[in-house]
Amino acid sequence: MISDGVEDEEKWLTAGIAGLQQNAFYMHRALDSNNIKDALKYSAQMLSELRTSRLSPHKYYELYMRAFDELRKLEIFFKEESNRSCSIIELYELVQHAGNILPRLYLLCTVGSVYIRSKEAPAKDILKDLVEMCRGIQHPLRGLFLRSYLSQVSRDKLPDIGSEYEGDENTVMDAVEFVLQNFTEMNKLWVRMQHQGPAREKEKREKERNELRDLVGKNLHVLSQIEGIDLELYRDVVLPRVLEQTLETLLGACPQLQPSVDIKTVLSGLMERLSNYAASSTEVLPEFVQVEAFAKLNNAIGQVIEAQADMPVFGAVALYSSLLTFTLHVHPDRLDYVDQILGACVSKIAGKGKLEAKATKQIVALLSAPLEKYNDIDTALKLSNYPLVMEYLDDRTNKVMSNVIIQSIMKNKTHISTADKVGALFELIKGLIKDLDANNDDEMDEDDFKEEQNSVARLIQMLYNNDPEEMLKIICTVRKHILTGGPKRLPFTVPPLIYNALKLVRRVQSQDDNVTEEETASATPKKIFQILNQTIETLSTVPVPDLALRLYLECAEAANDCDLEPVAYEFFTQAYILYEEEISDSKAQVTALYLIIGTLQRMHTFGVENRDTLTHKATGYSAKLLKKPDQCRAVYACSHLFWVEDQDGVKDGERVLLCLKRALRIANAAQQMANVAKGSSGSVMLFIEILNKYLYFFEKGNTQITVASIQGLIELVTTEMQSDTSTSDPAADAFLASTIRYIQSQKDKGGATGEKFEAIKV
Amino acid sequence: MDKFDGPGFSVCLNIEVVDVSVSVSPSSDRIGSDHLLTIPIPLPANSPNYILGAFKPACNISITFADGKTRKQVPLKKENGQTILVPLFQSQENIAGKISLEPVQGKKVEHNGIKIELLGQIEMYFDRGNFYDFTSLVRELDVPGDLYEKKTYPFEFSTVEMPYETYGGANVRLRMYMHYAFISSKESSHHYKFMYKHIHLENYYALACVRNYGPPPSINNSIKMEVGIEDCLHIEFEYNKSKYHLKDVIIGKIYFLLVRIKLKNMDLEIRRRESTGSGANTHVETETLAKFELMDGAPVRGESIPIRLFLSPYELTPTHRNINNKFSVKYYLNLVLVDEEDRRYFKQQEITIYRTAETSA
Repeated sequence: MISDGVEDEEKWLTAGIAGLQQNAFYMHRALDSNNIKDALKYSAQMLSELRTSRLSPHKYYELYMRAFDELRKLEIFFKEESNRSCSIIELYELVQHAGNILPRLYLLCTVGSVYIRSKEAPAKDILKDLVEMCRGIQHPLRGLFLRSYLSQVSRDKLPDIGSEYEGDENTVMDAVEFVLQNFTEMNKLWVRMQHQGPAREKEKREKERNELRDLVGKNLHVLSQIEGIDLELYRDVVLPRVLEQTLETLLGACPQLQPSVDIKTVLSGLMERLSNYAASSTEVLPEFVQVEAFAKLNNAIGQVIEAQADMPVFGAVALYSSLLTFTLHVHPDRLDYVDQILGACVSKIAGKGKLEAKATKQIVALLSAPLEKYNDIDTALKLSNYPLVMEYLDDRTNKVMSNVIIQSIMKNKTHISTADKVGALFELIKGLIKDLDANNDDEMDEDDFKEEQNSVARLIQMLYNNDPEEMLKIICTVRKHILTGGPKRLPFTVPPLIYNALKLVRRVQSQDDNVTEEETASATPKKIFQILNQTIETLSTVPVPDLALRLYLECAEAANDCDLEPVAYEFFTQAYILYEEEISDSKAQVTALYLIIGTLQRMHTFGVENRDTLTHKATGYSAKLLKKPDQCRAVYACSHLFWVEDQDGVKDGERVLLCLKRALRIANAAQQMANVAKGSSGSVMLFIEILNKYLYFFEKGNTQITVASIQGLIELVTTEMQSDTSTSDPAADAFLASTIRYIQSQKDKGGATGEKFEAIKV
Repeated sequence: MDKFDGPGFSVCLNIEVVDVSVSVSPSSDRIGSDHLLTIPIPLPANSPNYILGAFKPACNISITFADGKTRKQVPLKKENGQTILVPLFQSQENIAGKISLEPVQGKKVEHNGIKIELLGQIEMYFDRGNFYDFTSLVRELDVPGDLYEKKTYPFEFSTVEMPYETYGGANVRLRMYMHYAFISSKESSHHYKFMYKHIHLENYYALACVRNYGPPPSINNSIKMEVGIEDCLHIEFEYNKSKYHLKDVIIGKIYFLLVRIKLKNMDLEIRRRESTGSGANTHVETETLAKFELMDGAPVRGESIPIRLFLSPYELTPTHRNINNKFSVKYYLNLVLVDEEDRRYFKQQEITIYRTAETSA
């Protein structure tokens, strides 16, 4: 089939060329005998070959080029002829006697170019006439070639600045006008080309159109060569026209199209190009406004969608999406436009039930566009239809979209500054915040889920308002939302909220330090802590005691900074309860305990009694750890609880020593156990660690730590390491060596420290 | 909004009257009935030599007009397709000149009187042989006698009323001619009709062309109209005038308001409607004189197509209304749109064609 078509085409082309050449021959003969009537007759017949509809653009071009060459000769003849018998004006009329329009117009253009050259009439009038008359060819292919011919023959005769055809009435404006009009018409034809003919040949047509694109584009090329165009002219005249025409024609044509036509690609492409254009140069924006581009496009799309009831949803959405992009570029200030588009989109997808994948993809694109443009979710939140559109997404997509939103916020470091907006935002991204569909037990990839929730967490971190009151509100809003998230999400969402709240606490605290306290303020640290307490409590539903503990401790520390002793105490109590009741894994216990110890060490708000209770508990826990080494380490860590290097910190040397001694005992026990087990030299490490603690407190001036005890410890370690029972441990060797080196270095320092350490003999 | 012409338009189908313009006029034997009696063998068409042969022995005749050198001559197309130059007259002019008669080489020509007749005739082809003379002026030039040598007679018809223009159509012809007659004794009393020498030999009838000029019409409105088929095709067209002179240009445009059919092209035709006879005997003949392509391809809504049609290349005559109660000639512009399935949609509008002095060439 196809090969036949090609063959046929070849045949037609050959026939066309033959006919053309034959008539060209007679034309030449008539020219030679100076018979203008016959010359016109045969040239018209020759050009009649171009009336064919059978050739593809490619072949047609071949035919056209031959005709073009012949017309050149005819033109030369006309140039001479006008010097002789027949006036050019007569000739201009004469060629219009041809009955067939296509030959007539080719001849007219040819004579027209001579006419302009003769300067017997203003160039602009002739040009205008030519470009007007060419309207008679509505067939896209033939029209394009004819107009391309017109453009070709007139190119060197435009009344451009500096051209001999310029002057008096002929201004560069006329040249521009002419080229633009020709361009306009060509573009119309070109656009139309794709809508004509059967749908199944669409692909072929598209190919053909691409081949013809250059013809249309040439006009712009010509335009660019008109030297008289300055920026102003371009901006005020050329561009709006180029745009206007493109829009109007296209849009005018669109609704009439058959449903099979893939109009969306066309429109999308158009809008994309316009958008890019608008983006590339902001100066042109007023032009778009001037031609009411938005209204036109919007209108057209509405019509198209209305006209094509069968259009798949994704098509419609894609259109809206393109329009949106366009709007964002051109009317960044017109939020109402954006909302309008979204509204239209909502009404389109409403009641369509489940959307197919393509459509959702488009919606994501649609929704992402404003975010990208405005770099500010704030703006998007103002769009009343935005959430409505999101409603229609399925869970997965909703999540994707939510992610996009969050990413946008991250990227732009947007501050969402009011509780209302935050509420709206969380409403928007609720796909991430909670399980939308209770039945949907979709096994989600663990990593993806984490990724998602981390995003949310980051988002929560981003929330900020300078006004503590508002900030508190924000926190409450967020809290409200995240508490709906279920056990899977809470571990991700609660911590950032807590930390954010703690930041607020610190801020309020520091302000309180400076400013006189506002009694009416609700955003008091106390109040916040209360909320925090409740929030952390929710974690108890999720078995993440270690996390909850950590958060309690954080809160406690913050409360400490606020000098809220009861609050801090409360938090500690909570942490202890958790430790006792929930944390059962030994490793987790160790970690938790270190945290407790660390935090407690920094607490300064506690009165003696509270502190004693807490430290007592902590040391108690330490001693109860499962493994001896862990016990040992925890215990010597506890020693720090009694020695705080602070102005008015506790410095209870005696109890420090007690702790250390206890640690030594445990280490001993550990060693004995190791000996039984054989081969384990771990306890040597413990001894060296304890030695280091001794050295620390010694250095800090704890009088309970004596040189003798240190000396004893060193000896113990050395013996231990040389004993037969223990295998050598390079790590321990190194540790000891560096410890000793430290002592040596302290000695070498001289002064008070040096003297102190001098007593230790290594 | 008007409908397109033609029947059955509601189903988008049009049958157009096929143009028949074959002339069936008997071109040869225009000599007259008496003459036919004298020459038993019918002369073949376009055979001036026979006629020449028939008359040569008798007498050589030549007519010269008083203003023959300055009078304009125009081509006149004869029914055999030849174009000849004939002197051009208009109404109220004097027709004066001389006629010379020269017997062939010493032969004597007897005659019963010589007269010259100016005839204006309307001839209907379907009514063969019947001529309606609307003008008949006779000048007696000589009393009966013999003619031995060349003799020249002056003649004059002054301020001749020639109300009708020369016209040659499909079914009717209107012409003015000079009729020279003498009665030869030898040839019994038969009339012979001769023609001017410069009409060559067979021109025993066509003598002069009459053209009458008038001032341009004082009222000349444009023709503007919206036509269409509901929900299918709406167009609006405009011709700049309703009355055009013969060398005029029709300027106009067609505006497409709605296009739901796939058009292929659009032509503008000039049609001549010639009606002859009257009552039951009325014959109507429509010829398409011009077919001028206006548009190639399928337009879309909002498109406007320019019209510029020069009338000069076409053989038009002025519009004739009811000439001597015998015939009328009217002109129409027919806008024809053809769709891809070759259905034709057309709308016909009458235009008036008139002659102006400027375009007399």
